[in-house]
Amino acid sequence: MADINELKYTYSLRLADNAWILSHRLSEWCSNGPFLEEDLALTNIALDLIGRAQAFYNYAAELEGKGRTADDWAYRRNERQYYNNLLAEMPNGNFADTIARQLFMSVYEYYFFMSLQNSKDETFAALAAKTLKEVKYHIVHAADWVVRLGDGTAESHNKIQQAINGLWMYTGELFDTDETDIMLSEQGIGVDNQSLQTLWETHISEVLEEATLKIPEAEYMQTGGRQGIHTEHLGRMLGEMQYLQRAYPDAKW
Amino acid sequence: MSNNTAPAIEDARLSKFEERVQKGDAIEPRDWMPEAYRKHLIRQISQHAHSEVIGMQPEGNWITRAPSIRAKQILLAKIQDEGGHGLYLYSAAETLGISREDMIEQLQTGKAKYSNIFNYPTLTWADIGAIGWLVDGAAIVNQVSLQRTSYGPYSRAMVRICKEESFHQRQGYEIMATMMKGTAEQREMAQDAMNRWWWPSLMMFGPHDSDSPHSSDAFRWKIKRHSNDELRTKFIDKTVQQAEVIGLTIPDPELKWNEATGHYDHGEINWDEFYRVIKGNGQCNKQRIAHHKRAHDDGAWVREAAEAYKVKQAVKNN
Repeated sequence: MADINELKYTYSLRLADNAWILSHRLSEWCSNGPFLEEDLALTNIALDLIGRAQAFYNYAAELEGKGRTADDWAYRRNERQYYNNLLAEMPNGNFADTIARQLFMSVYEYYFFMSLQNSKDETFAALAAKTLKEVKYHIVHAADWVVRLGDGTAESHNKIQQAINGLWMYTGELFDTDETDIMLSEQGIGVDNQSLQTLWETHISEVLEEATLKIPEAEYMQTGGRQGIHTEHLGRMLGEMQYLQRAYPDAKW
Repeated sequence: MSNNTAPAIEDARLSKFEERVQKGDAIEPRDWMPEAYRKHLIRQISQHAHSEVIGMQPEGNWITRAPSIRAKQILLAKIQDEGGHGLYLYSAAETLGISREDMIEQLQTGKAKYSNIFNYPTLTWADIGAIGWLVDGAAIVNQVSLQRTSYGPYSRAMVRICKEESFHQRQGYEIMATMMKGTAEQREMAQDAMNRWWWPSLMMFGPHDSDSPHSSDAFRWKIKRHSNDELRTKFIDKTVQQAEVIGLTIPDPELKWNEATGHYDHGEINWDEFYRVIKGNGQCNKQRIAHHKRAHDDGAWVREAAEAYKVKQAVKNN
């Protein structure tokens, strides 16, 4: 059996990667929002996620105990070494694409951190409780927009429906459960990921119904993020993100 | 202002207004004010708001390349503050009877200006340090002076803004200081940024007092309380020492301490460049406005959807 700290380390790294990669996408909205207040709202969520990424990277560092820092993980790995869900790395697209991604992700995170706040691991429990407060706001933000766009104009309705349809195939991966998940969940440290799926589906259905939108037919769900097999989008994101750290490896910023 | 107000009443109002301003009273949105005062303020406050908003672009240019988690967090939070300043200032301008929509249109059609400094490009990470330290540093000198400006909503916005700007300035300086303690390449990058941003920062205070077209009314009405040259000198005096401490050279061979005045003297500012960029021929003038328009146009369907939804809800609830 794998060492429990090693499992927790993997777990922490995954959570950090989800937050870090999604925060990067949201930060790309800066100065590009549909109006100033919304520009600031998206940046706000990005900042919450950066803070979360840092906290989980720090915990991973502590568990690994080899003196690596949060920045080493954020900036010095290759694309096959990132373990975020594919959904997090999907490009911003138009505003509807970003909002659909936010809804799917935030609702998942809500149930995930609800459960993780009861973790027997004190650090996970404390970080989950803090994160949950932020995620509650993120859900309201995303769900309000999905409803407004769905029940707004014909154009916005089409755009958000297309966004939902386009991203749907990346939602199944959120509930992927591998050995790490199973072992940590059995020990009361991690979350029973599969059990979240029904909660997630019910929640999403309610929002989509209010928004007069259709739930896509699930045909095929793409996975791979947890094994470090990503979409083509991640490599380009990392190329940009890591540029200074890679070009000046001896420099401190 | 109605056209048939008798001139005598008009004169009485004006002298009462000027008396209040002289006493140091704050003028509030509901108070009578001369049209020229209102126009001056709309021009100045909206220009200030647009500067905050357009300024998000050159800094935003480095968000996705910020070199550490902390650096990214600080930069993103800073840009968010700038956007927030834009919001207070738009609200302050709205109290004078202009809508945000009209202000945005004036920005996009070139009728309203924004700070010329943002027509310069951010080429390296050190430029983010230089903007925080020099550009925000120059802005603070100007804004501190505006905290006591005669128009209440503007003055109150300035008080809030100044608190945040001084953080930004320290953060920018910290970027420069860290780079100057770093590798040879980092030091070179920092000095290069200094060389490119120093002179445009001095230009931020506007033309010499003798050539400043909007000054006289602004002084009489206490919108403006210190002259361009006074503020520029103040900025130079405090910045020279900060540069020395971290080992940066000010790119002005004529810069020297003047015992008699107790201030630094500086070399001649390139006013041809200043007017050329103001007239639209800077590296980024077209890019900045095109970016603003693109984001605004791309967001039109979102704003329309929000409006349509609001109308539908109002109908439902009635």
